[in-house]
Amino acid sequence: MSLTLFLVQTLNGLQFGILLFLIAAGLTLVFGVMDFINLAHGVQYMVGAYLAAWFTALTGDFFLGLLLALPTALLFGLLLEWLVFRHLYGRDHLDQVLATFGVILFLNEAVKVAWGSSPLSVPIPDAFSGSVRMMDGLLYPVWRLVVIGSGFAIAIGLALLVSRTRLGMLVRAGAVNAPMVSALGVDIGRLFMIVFGFGAMLAGFAGAMVAPILSVEPGMGDNILILAFVVIVIGGIGSIRGAFAAALLVGLVDTLGRSFGPQMLRLMLDPSAASQTGRALAPMLIYILMAAVLIVRPAGLFPAQR
Amino acid sequence: MSAAGTDIAVTAKARQAVGGRERAIIATFVLLALAPIAAQAGPQGYIIDLITRMMIFAIAALSLDLILGYGAMVSFGHAAFIGLGAYAVGILASHGVTDFVVQLAAALAAAAVFAFVTGALSLRTKGVYFIMITLAFSQMLFFFGVSLSAYGGDDGLSLPERSRLFGLPLFSSDKGLFYATLACLIGCYLLCRAIVASRFGRVLRGARENPVRMTAIGFSPYRFQLVAYVISGMMAALAGALLANQTGFVSPAYMSWQRSGELLAMTIFGGVGTLVGPIIGAMAFLALEEWLAGLTEHWKMIFGPLLVCVVLFARGGIMGLAARIGGKRDG
Amino acid sequence: MAEALLSVDGLCKAYGALTVSDNVSFEVAPGELHALIGPNGAGKTTLIHQLSGLLRSDSGHVRLGGEDITRLPMAERVHRGLARSFQITSILPGFSALENVALAAQARSGSSFRFFANAAREDDLNAQAMESLRTVGLQGRASTPAGVLSHGEKRLLELAIALATAPKALLLDEPLAGTGKEESQSVTATLRQLKGRFAIVLIEHDMEAVFALADRVSVLVYGKIIATGTPEQIRNDPAVREAYLGEEGEAAHA
Repeated sequence: MSLTLFLVQTLNGLQFGILLFLIAAGLTLVFGVMDFINLAHGVQYMVGAYLAAWFTALTGDFFLGLLLALPTALLFGLLLEWLVFRHLYGRDHLDQVLATFGVILFLNEAVKVAWGSSPLSVPIPDAFSGSVRMMDGLLYPVWRLVVIGSGFAIAIGLALLVSRTRLGMLVRAGAVNAPMVSALGVDIGRLFMIVFGFGAMLAGFAGAMVAPILSVEPGMGDNILILAFVVIVIGGIGSIRGAFAAALLVGLVDTLGRSFGPQMLRLMLDPSAASQTGRALAPMLIYILMAAVLIVRPAGLFPAQR
Repeated sequence: MSAAGTDIAVTAKARQAVGGRERAIIATFVLLALAPIAAQAGPQGYIIDLITRMMIFAIAALSLDLILGYGAMVSFGHAAFIGLGAYAVGILASHGVTDFVVQLAAALAAAAVFAFVTGALSLRTKGVYFIMITLAFSQMLFFFGVSLSAYGGDDGLSLPERSRLFGLPLFSSDKGLFYATLACLIGCYLLCRAIVASRFGRVLRGARENPVRMTAIGFSPYRFQLVAYVISGMMAALAGALLANQTGFVSPAYMSWQRSGELLAMTIFGGVGTLVGPIIGAMAFLALEEWLAGLTEHWKMIFGPLLVCVVLFARGGIMGLAARIGGKRDG
Repeated sequence: MAEALLSVDGLCKAYGALTVSDNVSFEVAPGELHALIGPNGAGKTTLIHQLSGLLRSDSGHVRLGGEDITRLPMAERVHRGLARSFQITSILPGFSALENVALAAQARSGSSFRFFANAAREDDLNAQAMESLRTVGLQGRASTPAGVLSHGEKRLLELAIALATAPKALLLDEPLAGTGKEESQSVTATLRQLKGRFAIVLIEHDMEAVFALADRVSVLVYGKIIATGTPEQIRNDPAVREAYLGEEGEAAHA
């Protein structure tokens, strides 16, 4: 394997990891603070991508589109919270799974009705199109670097928000002991709404940012949702730090596993068997990783302090 | 004495609920047995096909209820077992082994091994982590299915022919498969009912209500939960083996997480922890899906909100609703 | 004194810097009722958790009938004859009172990996369960769901469940907790009836009941046993009066 390819794939893994983090951050907070399993978090990512695509097409400018898409994604998240989710807090996990599953069915179909079932494509903004030469023979698309950079910026911002502000303190306390926070006289309903809306917007942002490099299509949130769950379970539910570490880990393991797994196996097996096994094993890697983590640490890598 | 009064009222009510369920399930089975005859008046092939499918998923939902409703184990990966059953049939058939007994034995053995290994690991975790780790294991199997290029990979494989029973083409007619499925469903129901009431089932139910108490009287819930998980997985594999025959086709899509979600939905839709509920729930779920799909291409836009409404307004699913209506009438 | 049935030797448990059980040693002879008293936070419930196996001890030994059971899990200890009740009622609310107790009987008679026969129709188990219910005076409530029993009845059911495991020794964690006057009398009467038949470790805040029932009393303060003796000795022990009965002494005599 060449060093260049390895670096490119590492960057790809990083970019995928950052994307996962943006989705998992909201999911882990909603999960940790409200003890609420939101399967519909993935469709919020999809909605973000669609909104970005739509507003970009309307305005002809990606950043204007993004600027419009974010508040719309936020409003949309709040609307869902008001209509459905707030009635599910404190209910059985099973009920939450079922109801949010219903929301997924609806929204996946609704975007088909609104925008058709064929994928939309969003052009990469002109200022960031093309590639940058990072070293000899290593060209990397600028937009992917922008995604990585903005993701890291948000991760730092989130870490500060959670560790330095009163809201963040409440969120951390809520992840450990929600009844106690509400006993302190905090309007827990409002706290939930803020956290929820914020999570929805982050997922929407993730969707919008990758809209130019992935195809925007119905159901695009379904598989990434499962990966986001893997991330927050590995990281420890309710922990932003855990989500960040686990997201990068999952992103890198998945990407590098897919591209180099077969080559690694070739050291032990004959080529055809290696590529067979490699292709079978690569997509399973992160699930194996998750199972392994849970077996050793049943509450994830960074469990919220209880 | 008022205490004794409530005492009698409570037991009478409980007995009534069980009696009502008993009547409901007998009526369901009788109606099912008569369905092919009644269907002669309409598009027979279509109806028999649909009801066979409904019964197959009823078996799967029933198996899920055994661990979900009686063991409080929320498995979000139950579709994996359906896939194992279906692939056992598909792979063996593609190698010319068409005897259902052999296929089923392979399906059950595969499911038992998979359930034992994954269950032994999953049961070390609790609550949400259990939900997620079962999901992870089923995703592994899903991707494994996708990578099976010898057996169609992503596209799946078609069955060269339906299974034979002791060399006889019993399943080759739709009616034959229909009655075989009905027999399996009744058998599974009776088995589950016996298990739930047995010593084993009593420990399982006890562990659902209060695991610490169970340990304090000398039980280790883990072993019981694991055995229940294995039984449940094998039962779902039976459903998968039948499903392969019904559709004549096997693909990784049978094991997707959406399928697992649907199974959960069917079970909750009917009423968790009632055995009868999941059977009726699975049938109602598929019937509704079929009906709505006939109305509009975008039926999921109706179906999704309906699921939400069931959760928000009809706790306990269909059986819960029936019990409330029954309770009102009597009270 | 007769050979001890339950002997506790140098048991310790600490959470970080906080020592909750500090080198605790005592013995309980067959048929003896040994009460553990001490102010709130003295570590009484922790000690019961250690004895029953719900919590692992850091060091020390627990022996039952001479056998070291320190490292055995809870379920195994029950099989060897060490049963417990909980301070906070721990029953199966959806099961009938009889089934709650029958399950305990089931745990020690035959395999529970039986899948077909209806367990509720096993006359043998039901008869044993009924016997335990009768001992605590709940025979009339056998078919009532445990969840709807009164608080006092639930406390009695706890005892019946413990009895149905056929114990040699009983660990009773505040059986009178939360009971009203009338209820506490019926629980106390039941305890008096059990006395002499089992080795009993009793934790209780109700001093009246403790001094009426106990053969011996140990006083636990900050995880340490500061005195052991007959109720009379304990009542008159100056160290105990200072550490513990000091404020509550009046109430205890009242």
